[in-house]
Amino acid sequence: MSGFKIVILPTDALVYLLAAVVAATFWYVRRREHLRTPWRRVVQSASGMVGLTVLLAFIAIGLLDSLHFRPRLPAPDSDRLLYAVDVLSVLDVVLQPLRGHSEKTYSAPLATHGYAKETVLLPGGGEQRVFPRLIYGGAQLMDVARDYRADIARRSVVGMAAGLAVWLVVIGGFVAGMARRNGGLSGAMWRKLRRGETTVPWRAIGLTALPMCVLGGMAVALAGNYHVLGTDKVGQDVLYEALKSVRTALVIGTLTTLLMVPFAIVFGIAAGYFGGWIDDAIQYLYTTLNSIPAVLLIAASILMMQVFIDRHVEWFQTEAERADVRLLVLCAILGITNWTGLCRLLRGETLKLRELEYIQAAHAFGMRNARILTRHILPNVMHIVLITVVLAFSDLVLAEAVLSYIGVGVDPSMNSFGTMINGARLEMAREPMVWWSLASAFFFMVALVLAANLFADAVRDAFDPRVRTRGMTMRKPA
Amino acid sequence: MIAYIARRLLYAVPILVGVNVITFALFFMVNTPDDMARMQLGIKRVSPAAIENWKHEHGYDKPLFYNRAATGLGRFSNTVFYQKSLRMFVFDFGASDDGRDIGHEIRKRMWPSFAIALPTFFVGLLIYVTCALGFALFRATYLDFWGVVLCVVAMSISAMFYIIGGQYLIGKLWHWVPISGYAETAAGTLRFLLLPVVIGIVGGFGASARLYRTFFLEEIGKDYVRTARAKGLGEGAVLFRHVLRNALIPILTTVVVAIPSLFLGSLLTESFFGIPGLGSYTIDAINMQDFSIVRAMVFIGSLLYIAGLVLTDVSYTLVDPRVRFS
Repeated sequence: MSGFKIVILPTDALVYLLAAVVAATFWYVRRREHLRTPWRRVVQSASGMVGLTVLLAFIAIGLLDSLHFRPRLPAPDSDRLLYAVDVLSVLDVVLQPLRGHSEKTYSAPLATHGYAKETVLLPGGGEQRVFPRLIYGGAQLMDVARDYRADIARRSVVGMAAGLAVWLVVIGGFVAGMARRNGGLSGAMWRKLRRGETTVPWRAIGLTALPMCVLGGMAVALAGNYHVLGTDKVGQDVLYEALKSVRTALVIGTLTTLLMVPFAIVFGIAAGYFGGWIDDAIQYLYTTLNSIPAVLLIAASILMMQVFIDRHVEWFQTEAERADVRLLVLCAILGITNWTGLCRLLRGETLKLRELEYIQAAHAFGMRNARILTRHILPNVMHIVLITVVLAFSDLVLAEAVLSYIGVGVDPSMNSFGTMINGARLEMAREPMVWWSLASAFFFMVALVLAANLFADAVRDAFDPRVRTRGMTMRKPA
Repeated sequence: MIAYIARRLLYAVPILVGVNVITFALFFMVNTPDDMARMQLGIKRVSPAAIENWKHEHGYDKPLFYNRAATGLGRFSNTVFYQKSLRMFVFDFGASDDGRDIGHEIRKRMWPSFAIALPTFFVGLLIYVTCALGFALFRATYLDFWGVVLCVVAMSISAMFYIIGGQYLIGKLWHWVPISGYAETAAGTLRFLLLPVVIGIVGGFGASARLYRTFFLEEIGKDYVRTARAKGLGEGAVLFRHVLRNALIPILTTVVVAIPSLFLGSLLTESFFGIPGLGSYTIDAINMQDFSIVRAMVFIGSLLYIAGLVLTDVSYTLVDPRVRFS
């Protein structure tokens, strides 16, 4: 495979845009002390940083999965360049062994034999019903009965040791680096870290990274020769599916807000600031949109969009592009059903701000409305936007699963937690039960949503002036 | 008060008209009836005659807004917009694609939905408020801390896992209650309803209990609570007599608006348990791409939501004497 063609799917472009926005915000906030203060509180929250650590791992997977390309096909006549119809991502390349190792059908995690009995021809003639050996799962074993346990144990231990080693190196490097930066001794830094006395909760972060490193090491060590989380109905590796689903969840959770926030800000602030007929019109608009049940609005829009896409198949070069447009449309529609809440909050806050002295002073100085809005109102409502955006993330990830179950979520060909759950639902009734798809979706989804919830809570506590519970000390139950 | 409610209901009319226009635009202007016919009949190799036939059968062969061929008022009434959209205001939803009367189906199916949603809603509310009050009573203790941790974990789990897990554990593994079989016998139905209701309550626990806890904590920090304590009231009296009553106001905003929508039922629960309610009706309609049912459900959903808004305003005046009808 020499050469490739870079493919930028619509959601990819928006993911890059989002990454740029986040980076720009980071750079902007870094140099302004009054903006850094609340973020410092976020960084000092142990639960928030634990959540962020896990989130960053997911985000890394999602970003790797957002760099798409089409590999070049070996063409007999070298004049024309031919590219494969499959759109691959960098993550696919990293996970090549998982992607390529497809079995015939279901197999349990770490299995060496298939899930269902098959009829095989015996060498000396005749037939027998046996569990067939898997094509890839444990294929390197000569004598499965003898070597299986030892092989699994050996690989697990090696993987754990490697993961632990990586973790130790990172921690060691971190301690040495911090000690050098602060001009102290490594030993003193290490003691502070161990006792959890650092201002940033590094101990909690390190303890979160430890299981991630160890489990990751084990998965890497085993994944080359086994299906760590089993395979699904068509023999696809479940671990691969779960990792590919991460991007879909992240895209839905973030791009939806990216698409809705501009509208919510403009309409919300305009309604609150100008009042009068503008307020009436905007209130009418969001009450009307709000009163349509969200699921039905999404369903209706997706059904209509599917008809539209089916009619214009020729617009899309590959199946991946078609699925991606549907994902983008889903984000846009979820945004339409979700912006009303933020819009109402912003309207209320602007109504309050409008009456404050500093705005009146700005009026008295003859400032134009546009300038008051951007210089005085907008910065003072941004905390509401931020809190809403981070809180919305986990709800959107959960909503995707439900929508995919109803059949109006992402394209069935696209990996997502919703499609995984939907497929796994019927497998629970099989005998013996196929539990691993559902369990994997459960594990990954809970990890992602829980991490997002923890981080969102830390952000809300740091930015919401109404939170008063800070500083309360623990006492034993009365 | 009656004048107030009447006025609020009048406000609802433009909103319903807006909903109607949005759905109409979504269903008939993004894609033409021809596209819908082609989708229903299969995308490829459909003769124009078959499309015309389908459109005629389902009443989509009229002009959208204005019929030049008709005379008098028929110019407006003999159109798709009038027949399909405006008729909804008199609760005439027409027939679904398989020829049944949608209005009749809805009237028949709303009771099973209600039977599930009503107990889930009220028993759930009671439990959530009790637990939230308990967290507030033991605030800043380990009980409160682990309670909140439990809530955060619980709200991180998708509702589908509660249903699938509950069905598997209780129904399949332990055989306590049947998983399906609505309305075979009256007693059997009661027993059958237990599991969906319990799962519904457990599924909503995390988010609600935690939200109500913050409402309680916000009230506890206020001056009147300090006054109550200062005059020597016990913690129980402070919480139940003062804090609970005042925290009811924000709880009502989040809760009352949902009451009328209970008729719509829960999409997931009904579909997983095979309950013949409106939720499963909607899902089936979406899966069969029966647009007339989806349109009807959108209209009813908006109607119930607006009813919920009115109900919320009325309930305010009942719990908060500072609010007057104006």
